[in-house]
Amino acid sequence: MSAMSSTNWNRRNVMKAAMGLAAAGGLAACGGNNGRGGGSGSGTALTQYFHAYGEAGTEQAIKRYAAAYKKADVSTNWITGNNFESALFAALLTKKAPDVFEFHPQLQLVKSGQVADLTDLINPVKDDFNPNDIKSHTVDGKIYGIRMIDDPQFFYYRKSMFEKAKVEVPTTLEELIEAAAKLTTNKVKGVFLGNDFTAIQNVIIWSAGADTINANNEIAYHTDGVVEGLKQLRQLFTSGNVLLDAPTDFWDPSSLNQGLCAMQWGGMWSMPAMQKALGDDLGIFPFPKIGSAGKQSVYNGGWSIFVNAKGKNVEAAKEYVKWLWIDQKQYQEDWATSYGFHIPPRTSIANSATKLKTGLPAEGVKLFTDYGHFDNIAYDQTMQTAFAEVIASSVRKNGNPEAALDTCDKKVNVELKKLFG
Amino acid sequence: MSTTTTRGVAQPAPAKASPARPRRGLRGNATFNFWLFTGPFLIGLVIFVFVPIFWSVWLSFFDARYTVTPSKFIGFDNYKQILTNSNFPDSLLTFTVFAAFIVPTTWALSLGLALLVNRLRFMRAFFRSVFFLPTAVSYVAAALIWKMSIFSGVRFGLMNTVLGWFGVENIAYLANPSPPWYWVVIVTLRLWIQSGFYMILFLAALQNIPTELYEAAAIDGAKPGWQTFRHITLPQLRATSTAVILLLLVAAYQAFDEFFNIIGQNATWAQTPLMELYKTALGTSQDYGAGSAGAVILSLLICLVTLIQGKFMGFGRGEDSK
Repeated sequence: MSAMSSTNWNRRNVMKAAMGLAAAGGLAACGGNNGRGGGSGSGTALTQYFHAYGEAGTEQAIKRYAAAYKKADVSTNWITGNNFESALFAALLTKKAPDVFEFHPQLQLVKSGQVADLTDLINPVKDDFNPNDIKSHTVDGKIYGIRMIDDPQFFYYRKSMFEKAKVEVPTTLEELIEAAAKLTTNKVKGVFLGNDFTAIQNVIIWSAGADTINANNEIAYHTDGVVEGLKQLRQLFTSGNVLLDAPTDFWDPSSLNQGLCAMQWGGMWSMPAMQKALGDDLGIFPFPKIGSAGKQSVYNGGWSIFVNAKGKNVEAAKEYVKWLWIDQKQYQEDWATSYGFHIPPRTSIANSATKLKTGLPAEGVKLFTDYGHFDNIAYDQTMQTAFAEVIASSVRKNGNPEAALDTCDKKVNVELKKLFG
Repeated sequence: MSTTTTRGVAQPAPAKASPARPRRGLRGNATFNFWLFTGPFLIGLVIFVFVPIFWSVWLSFFDARYTVTPSKFIGFDNYKQILTNSNFPDSLLTFTVFAAFIVPTTWALSLGLALLVNRLRFMRAFFRSVFFLPTAVSYVAAALIWKMSIFSGVRFGLMNTVLGWFGVENIAYLANPSPPWYWVVIVTLRLWIQSGFYMILFLAALQNIPTELYEAAAIDGAKPGWQTFRHITLPQLRATSTAVILLLLVAAYQAFDEFFNIIGQNATWAQTPLMELYKTALGTSQDYGAGSAGAVILSLLICLVTLIQGKFMGFGRGEDSK
């Protein structure tokens, strides 16, 4: 206090002090919480973008792996909220673009030269990867991303509720609708398909025996079976037996865990949390078949790691992703099985992952193997959004499925023309 | 006052600074002071407003997928795409209807609140604060409270709990668009968060109305209440009303935050123009050309609506308009 009072606080000194504080603040900001993973590497600085996984411990795990890398100082940007895609794409246009980022295989990213060719990294271990994962990342013989995890999505159900209502596991969409009706009580809804039904938009297509786009990159989803499926889903939507407007969406296990529904569409990542909450009162089954030509299906979501081809440190970034996602098998297994459950895309790791060998996780792996469908790199997000609008118009709103699919066709064809000419 | 009485009269020359002690630094240099205080804002305005506007117009004539520095000129193709093969025109129509509803509703509610708190004789500051406080809440936070707590579709959502007491079944306010309960969610949120701000504007305007006008009206036999409000208060609020309606119109067309968080991007209803542009440019398509074309169209539309509104309500006529 005395020192302060002895100072001559004229306006000039005040201004100097303010400017000094501003500069100090700026410097402090530089050294603040910048998402650094505590990397002990020196020299090259790399940045990686990850969306926020819901499972506890995942952020720490990614930062721990990065910190173990000694050849570069790797910072992690862990993006919360539901706008990872927007944040990533916006960042990729700037000088602060990430060197490494996770995303899904997208042809447009390849065509625009946004992602680096990683063929030379993967080729030596190519045979150890799930061939479908390699295929979904390949364009003109070059591989543009490394799959980190496969995420099968299927129905979870409460066995006790099925027994009480005398309901069998449904294998057709009609049976699912009937089961939902029998399972619905004044407190529990029969089924939860996510708040906007878009989580099941691809499996509707596959379960109806159709595909998103075919090998010639033409529309393959517009079939009678899909139209029939959309009509049946509308019937289910309006039945009063579906959980709607739940506080959390399909990716979160809360709806089933809290007894809001008897069946829930979800990912294998939720399995540990569901088992913890429900014990053995838990079963799984694939999306039922739709129509006579249909067959049960499971969607294999997942995430892949990409290197920004326009980044400043492409080679260093490639070296890092090779180190982490090809060489460090213990981290890959840890990432796939220590938090939520995921299936490691490396066959050798999948075979040795003891947590996936028995019980419900093993059943999940079997559904993945028997009924799994993988991403098509050419069926991009514009097309997926167009099909999401089909669900909105014809299932959630009482629109004509044929008309909704016609509208979708126009948008998808414009996109296909842009991609393939 | 001296400022009016000296108009047109030769003014004495300003006193020159003493040569012995020239006025220096910040106090003496008006030009420097001007740039010191306005410069940073002007630089910000140029960098964050004018450059993006011109860049956006430029992008709208190029094939700009996944890039903001494109090289392929495509003329008006982006405009054609956004107007014929997207949901943008539907969103414009929806939000013209939305604006036609929400603007007069918010105007009436804010004016009503202003009249109410203006007449209060006790706890005036408390009630003004109560009505104004929602303005400080972010649209995102409010949207999440509305969506997850008040209008959640499950049995423990606040509205469904209350309705349950009267035997009403759970309502899915947001997932099911038939009937369109989602408008109840959106409109109540918007009214709650906006009205307080406009109430303050009206309150300021109400307090500027000379009491002599009311006294004169009373002497002329005007009855207090509706007659006085209709013939004295309302005309005196014309300039404020015009400004409020203009701000509300622009806000209606620029709606984004609460719709994005409440309705989401996977619906075909209640998609605001900005949400459609967001999806086109930043969300799924990464088509900055088409997105920019839509932004240009939206900007022109807002200008047009503003001019029409100004024409009808006399925006900018100042005192003559009263």
